[in-house]
Amino acid sequence: MALPPPSTTSASVSESGLYDSARRPPPFVEEFLALLRYRDLVAQLILRNVKARYKRSILGVAWTMINPLLTMLVLTLVFSAVFRFPTRQYALYVLSGLLAWNFFAQTTVAAMGDLIWSGGLIGRIYLPKSAFAVSAIGTGLVNLLLALVPFAIIAVAVGGPIRPAFLLLPIPILCLAGFALGIGLALSTAAVYFQDVMPMYEILLTAWLYLTPVIYPIDLVPPAVQAVLRWNPMTYLVGLFRSVVYDGQAPRPDALLAAVGISLVTLLAGWWVFSRRAREFAYHV
Amino acid sequence: MFEAAATERIEAPAAKPPAISVENLSVCFRVPHERYASLKEFAIRWAQGRLTYVDFWALREVDFEVGWGEIFGIVGPNGAGKTTLLKTIAGVLHPMRGRVVVRGERAPLLELGAGFHPELTGRENVYLYGTLLGNTRRELDARFRSIVDFAELWEFIDAPLRTYSTGMGARLAFAVATSRLAPVLLIDEVLAVGDVRFQERCRGRMDEFRRQGACILFVSHDPALVMDLCQRAVWLESGRVRALGPAHEVVEQYVAASG
Repeated sequence: MALPPPSTTSASVSESGLYDSARRPPPFVEEFLALLRYRDLVAQLILRNVKARYKRSILGVAWTMINPLLTMLVLTLVFSAVFRFPTRQYALYVLSGLLAWNFFAQTTVAAMGDLIWSGGLIGRIYLPKSAFAVSAIGTGLVNLLLALVPFAIIAVAVGGPIRPAFLLLPIPILCLAGFALGIGLALSTAAVYFQDVMPMYEILLTAWLYLTPVIYPIDLVPPAVQAVLRWNPMTYLVGLFRSVVYDGQAPRPDALLAAVGISLVTLLAGWWVFSRRAREFAYHV
Repeated sequence: MFEAAATERIEAPAAKPPAISVENLSVCFRVPHERYASLKEFAIRWAQGRLTYVDFWALREVDFEVGWGEIFGIVGPNGAGKTTLLKTIAGVLHPMRGRVVVRGERAPLLELGAGFHPELTGRENVYLYGTLLGNTRRELDARFRSIVDFAELWEFIDAPLRTYSTGMGARLAFAVATSRLAPVLLIDEVLAVGDVRFQERCRGRMDEFRRQGACILFVSHDPALVMDLCQRAVWLESGRVRALGPAHEVVEQYVAASG
């Protein structure tokens, strides 16, 4: 019986194949180069996350779409009854806010969770640790795109016109993704060292949601509270997302600048913190 | 049996520096005196200035070289630092002191199948595990047939991995991990899995790697296996090198000392 010969294709761990522990590139750069080499791993992890989620549930993909709709329904009923918000507009307003918020909340929690759950892997084989946070964001993007389908249907159903501004949607989504990745990386760094970061963050998220104009319009709160909300980066990111999908307008330059700035600074800071510590992770998991 | 593969030799010029150089390597696990699992506890201790650690040196001043075409064994009792050494060479652990140089691409066979997902099919897991080991999707596409041929799992390749037996999983993992002819192979106790026939095929593949000039690092609890397979070996004890030299001498000393 002939055994198939192993292939000779190379170039995986390092392009040159040389590993010198004393001459590794700076962590900030090394982690990025490693992630580029392992980009197919990121794709496989996203695929795994999406498939594993849907293989075991009957409704499958539908859950991603139904979940925000149900929340929207409840909130719309409550707010139009209690606060007498105009129902139709409010439904779209809250749904657009929830889509952006859920993306952020789910991906940051997943970035942390995936790194912790894969602890066994990190302690056994070399791979760029940022692959888990990046694939968590990627999975979130897939879910967000799926959830945008029912949003578009409802938008048409309640009589909102489809505007050309929708084509600008990648901009706010990329800003959100960059911000979520930065926060996710910083959080997962902390979570490697301390078990209680995850539950603490989940509590914080609840408070954060109410400090972000997701379910209420910002003009409706007292000026003092508005001043507080201006210190919340998510205010700008949710605002940018909403200006495109809800207002149907191209974002104002100052709003765009603020969102891009917040996103970039957070991403770079998160990457710096994470990559500086990533070499130690294997000692702690 | 391996004629086809024998033509694809790994380039190994005569005056090539050793495949692996381990220079004065020390690895330390810093263990807190008490465990600070929670941030709160850590913050309190830190504020009180009562954070104390115990340094556990898993490897101390380990020094050796492994040449091309050599099968090099690592023996020693549990907790001697064998796996830590292999992990440091694999790049999983970054050395605290000293240096590790590996002059070639590594194929780590540590904990075969770590990263398999039970709900995904065998086929999907080939790609997941393969990319975890640093292969690209395209490389795996090209090698998919030979991987499944070697694992002999064509019948089950589209069944979820949870339906596989332990041996089937190990076969698939070994096939993926050795599908690429890497010049440096790191093996940790993996030959203990699978049935006798599969173990023979694993050894066949190792021989083939070596004949093509690869360097193989081999950790095992089984002194007979190390003596049988390896040319040279190192005996580790409490993170230090107790003996280094021809495999039969090192293993005999080790067996005599522990016997």
